Amino acid sequence: MSELTLTVMRLGFLAVLWLFVIVAVQVIRSDLFGTRVTQRGARREAGRQQQAARQAPPQQRQQPAGGRRGRNAPTKLVVTEGTLTGTTVALQGQTITLGRAHDSTIVLDDDYASSRHARIYPDRDGQWIVEDLGSTNGTYLDRTRLTTPTPIALGAPIRIGKTVIELRK
Amino acid sequence: MSSTTNPPAHHTSTIGAIGAPSRRNTELALLVFAVVIPVFAYANVGLAINDSVPPGLLSYGVGLGLLAGVGHLVVRKFAPYADPLMLPLATLLNGIGLVVIWRLDQSKRLQASSSFVEAAPRQLLYSAMGVALLVVVLIFLKDHRVLQRYTYISMAGALFLLILPLVPGLGANIYGAKIWIKIPGLGTLQPGEFAKIILAVFFAGYLMVKRDALALASRRFMGLYLPRGRDLGPILVVWVISILILVFETDLGTSLLFFGMFVIMLYVATERTSWIVFGLLMSAVGAVGVASFEPHIQTRVQAWLDPMREFELSRAGVQDGIVHSEQAMQALWAFGSGGTLGTGLGQGNSDLIGFAANSDFILATFGEELGLAGVMAILLLYGLIVERGVRTALAARDPFGKLLAIGLSGAFALQVFVVAGGVMGLIPLTGMTLPFVAYGGSSVIANWALIGILLRISDTARRPAPAPATSPDAEMTQVVRPGNSDPAGM
Repeated sequence: MSELTLTVMRLGFLAVLWLFVIVAVQVIRSDLFGTRVTQRGARREAGRQQQAARQAPPQQRQQPAGGRRGRNAPTKLVVTEGTLTGTTVALQGQTITLGRAHDSTIVLDDDYASSRHARIYPDRDGQWIVEDLGSTNGTYLDRTRLTTPTPIALGAPIRIGKTVIELRK
Repeated sequence: MSSTTNPPAHHTSTIGAIGAPSRRNTELALLVFAVVIPVFAYANVGLAINDSVPPGLLSYGVGLGLLAGVGHLVVRKFAPYADPLMLPLATLLNGIGLVVIWRLDQSKRLQASSSFVEAAPRQLLYSAMGVALLVVVLIFLKDHRVLQRYTYISMAGALFLLILPLVPGLGANIYGAKIWIKIPGLGTLQPGEFAKIILAVFFAGYLMVKRDALALASRRFMGLYLPRGRDLGPILVVWVISILILVFETDLGTSLLFFGMFVIMLYVATERTSWIVFGLLMSAVGAVGVASFEPHIQTRVQAWLDPMREFELSRAGVQDGIVHSEQAMQALWAFGSGGTLGTGLGQGNSDLIGFAANSDFILATFGEELGLAGVMAILLLYGLIVERGVRTALAARDPFGKLLAIGLSGAFALQVFVVAGGVMGLIPLTGMTLPFVAYGGSSVIANWALIGILLRISDTARRPAPAPATSPDAEMTQVVRPGNSDPAGM
């Protein structure tokens, strides 16, 4: 076998070996899962465009129940008080769990929160419901402590320890 | 970032759930890639040595492809959310290992030796057995938490496996290390490889229960949390056992592997750096202490400190009751002559290492024929397997699964470190096998089982949580709106 062929094969083999490593690393990159957090600072530049986009509500995001939910359907959940102030979660029909457990949608770093404190989910009509999951210190909607799953009105403050969240359009 | 400097409208971070997709098709694509690379290498070796494409190319490719395919289908069926990278990485390493073992089978020098046997066909058989064990693990181990029930049984089992090589008549002393057992008619078996997995189960189960006592009851001294005297018990027991392994089986690698695995798991379970400090001190004391009176270990240390002297003693045929070996020096020369890009597969002289060239010293062949670039790629492949194991541990929701995944990947990493470090002259050489690559049935089979358990844990960890059942209260308190369910409209 000629020297040239063998050299080409030798370098080619090293190349495919490294290609495999690189592809594997790419798979890891695309394999991140958990919760996606967009940092606060990064948004500042894009703020204007975002605001412009917000004025025209994105149609495709209002998924199946879009027709029934009408104009007053909340689109996001906003933390208005506490260490996570400013955090928003887009409401896309998924259940949102709150608590200190690290796999909660919103991980509360709050001494008064239980590990699985409360959850917020849409019922069949697309009405958002908050339910206390047997927490120690309770979940408050406005001023009343929750005992049963309760529908949430737009802008009504839900208080867990020092954290306050509300639903917004 | 202080909240006063930012206008509140822009002061937001957004959280959105990313579901973990099953990634089985990614795994399939990578597996195809992982089978093609060794086939390419196989053709390369044949062309370099015999000037022709080896006749077994097709059957080898089909064989490796079948193993990978069976593994993939079983994962698809029984662990659909498992990590997509572990199986391809293990397949690639196993495939390349087979090629290099076959390449060493073709060496005229090794063929001339009296103990020569064709290793590649056997290794292919062992690989098949390994994948079969992976399949068994995935089918029968539906939930890794079941293993937690067998915490103390696994301790007994692991000790039994570790003691087996010392049983007279059963143990086999091969070149100074007593880590094999002879099974009549079947060959030899290294029980330590299996003990590694079983011991990880025991450590995980034990530490899960005792972690709080080991982590919390401590005093602070010079920035370190010092554990109470009685909490030192477990680490002392494991230390004594690993010292006993070192003394009676004269195998530094196994001893280091078990003690290191325990220290890693102890650190992960308790988050106390002091355990690492204690572990390093104790292993240093133990290794130096034993090396001061055990001749087999002394030889290894001497060969590590001055491989050239050992080489010359061996060449001169000095008979002083100690086996002098030129292997360590030959391995270093192999790495040196490989340079950056290597001599090319099938074109090196790493067969000069002689005995164990295809097992303990197989990395030297990689060093010579693939060069620094190839060895780095191989080490990265190992690194990726370990990374996936650690990622699995991070994602696992139950503490037992976390500790087990960390223990298994830690043991895997330590094993690669001990072998690679030994062959490269970083630490004294010990007779351990490079996982998946080196010739040796026990090692290949046990490591496929290890991958199987990691796949099972990662499947559990990445499986999306089931949607919460709508609570009965919500059903009862539903408001009936007359407009929605109008019988007249029907």
